[in-house]
Amino acid sequence: MATATVPVELPELTKDELARYSRHLILPEVGEEGQRKLKAARVLCVGAGGLGSPLSLYLAAAGVGTLGLVDFDVVDKSNLQRQIIHSTADIGRKKLDSAAEKLEALNPEVKVVKHDTLLSSANALDILKDYDVIADGTDNFPTRYLVNDACVLLGKPNAYGSIFRFEGQASVFATADGPCYRCLYPEPPPPGLVPSCAEGGVLGILPGLVGVIQATETIKLILGKGATLAGRLLLVDALNMRFRELKLRKNPECPVCGAHPTVTQLIDYQQFCGLAPAKKEENAVKNGIPQITVTELKRRIEAGEDLFILDVREPFEYQIANIGGKLIPQNEVPQRLGEIDRDREIIVHCKGGVRSQRIAEFLKQSGYSEVVNVAGGILAWSSEVDATLPKY
Amino acid sequence: MTIYIPTPLRPYAAGKDAVDVNAGTVSGALDELTQTFPDLRKHLFTAEGKLRAFVNVYLNDEDIRYLPEKDATAVSAGDTLSIVPSIAGGCQVSDRMNSFLWLTRFPTLSPERRRKGRARSW
Ligand SMILES: [Zn+2]
Repeated sequence: MATATVPVELPELTKDELARYSRHLILPEVGEEGQRKLKAARVLCVGAGGLGSPLSLYLAAAGVGTLGLVDFDVVDKSNLQRQIIHSTADIGRKKLDSAAEKLEALNPEVKVVKHDTLLSSANALDILKDYDVIADGTDNFPTRYLVNDACVLLGKPNAYGSIFRFEGQASVFATADGPCYRCLYPEPPPPGLVPSCAEGGVLGILPGLVGVIQATETIKLILGKGATLAGRLLLVDALNMRFRELKLRKNPECPVCGAHPTVTQLIDYQQFCGLAPAKKEENAVKNGIPQITVTELKRRIEAGEDLFILDVREPFEYQIANIGGKLIPQNEVPQRLGEIDRDREIIVHCKGGVRSQRIAEFLKQSGYSEVVNVAGGILAWSSEVDATLPKY
Repeated sequence: MTIYIPTPLRPYAAGKDAVDVNAGTVSGALDELTQTFPDLRKHLFTAEGKLRAFVNVYLNDEDIRYLPEKDATAVSAGDTLSIVPSIAGGCQVSDRMNSFLWLTRFPTLSPERRRKGRARSW
């Protein structure tokens, strides 16, 4: 089976380490050799958040010699519901500093390497190349695909975990013969089609469950023991506490790990995931829907025009910030067309302009003749028109 | 047979986590599902009727892309179909949103009451 590359010359264990890892040493599957492999191993945790918390804590406790962390975020109060490496006193601190302090306190034998950056196509290969195993605990599709492609290009196994509400997925990607994330999902969902985490939330315990699975797989990759999740996708349903397993196959036509790869270097992952910042064009038309800028919308409101502004966000978003539009959440629009005046110009907005564009297209198809989308949504309004409106 | 609906798609399937259908093939089962829940259709299929690239369908534990007869594979009552979309995981954005939410919903509550309210929400 595929294992991580660990140097042939394994470091000796000190007396102190022999005592610390005694419960490992008496395990035949670990033993002194295994513990020395762990000491020699270098693991990179991408993200020091929900998944990264249990993952890095257990890897440090287990005696992984070098533990790299990539993160650029700061600790927020609302992280503490699940990101157990951080505590209340850490609010406002860099997650990297907070996490490194806990890991070093737990196990001073571990060398913690802090990468205070957003992982990008420009730096990923350079950061990942110094590690034996990558544990991907990020929270967005561009970084998922970036980490996957970098792991395949460098030949590093990726202990993968992902969570949504009460549900998690775990696997091991990019081992020598195993499938990669793109074999499973060749393309990311277009933004807005699948409900994002922002509309979803997550049970605080779930990253614990999934992050510990990632830690387990990482340790097994280092030890070369047991059967890893390579070639299997583990589904965790915490609500019904059901674990299911699906077969994953290496796709011979995979664009990155297949026989004839078309992706041979890192690409622009923001663009790949449809998140490239749209070009700002006044009076642009997208898919037949005229786009209005927030400054133009403000001008028309101030000119006293009687506008029908339709807000297609969720009620809780409306509570946070609104510009006085009529609220009909996107999923309710088809059933509530009666509330939308067919004879008027309908100006649709949402948080960032994606949902509203879709609804605008839907209204057009439903026979509304004048439908306009607010480019950039309420976020743009907050940036360019009214900074007192909270950004969320 | 039973079709498992993943969390992100449950809002389009009346909140159900599993749906029982009577069908002879994988595609027949998906047709029946999307006839019952038309909103699911655009999440599962492209306009051309192809399964979307970020949605995988498994007959029992096997990806239908790798079955010899793909979605024409015959199914029986004891089989399960799992719809497994990609999820990114993590939820940084929702955090800021949730803080706002509690502050805006109960602006007059003491921090302690807010905490209690928050705990109750799970
Ligand atoms: Zn692949």
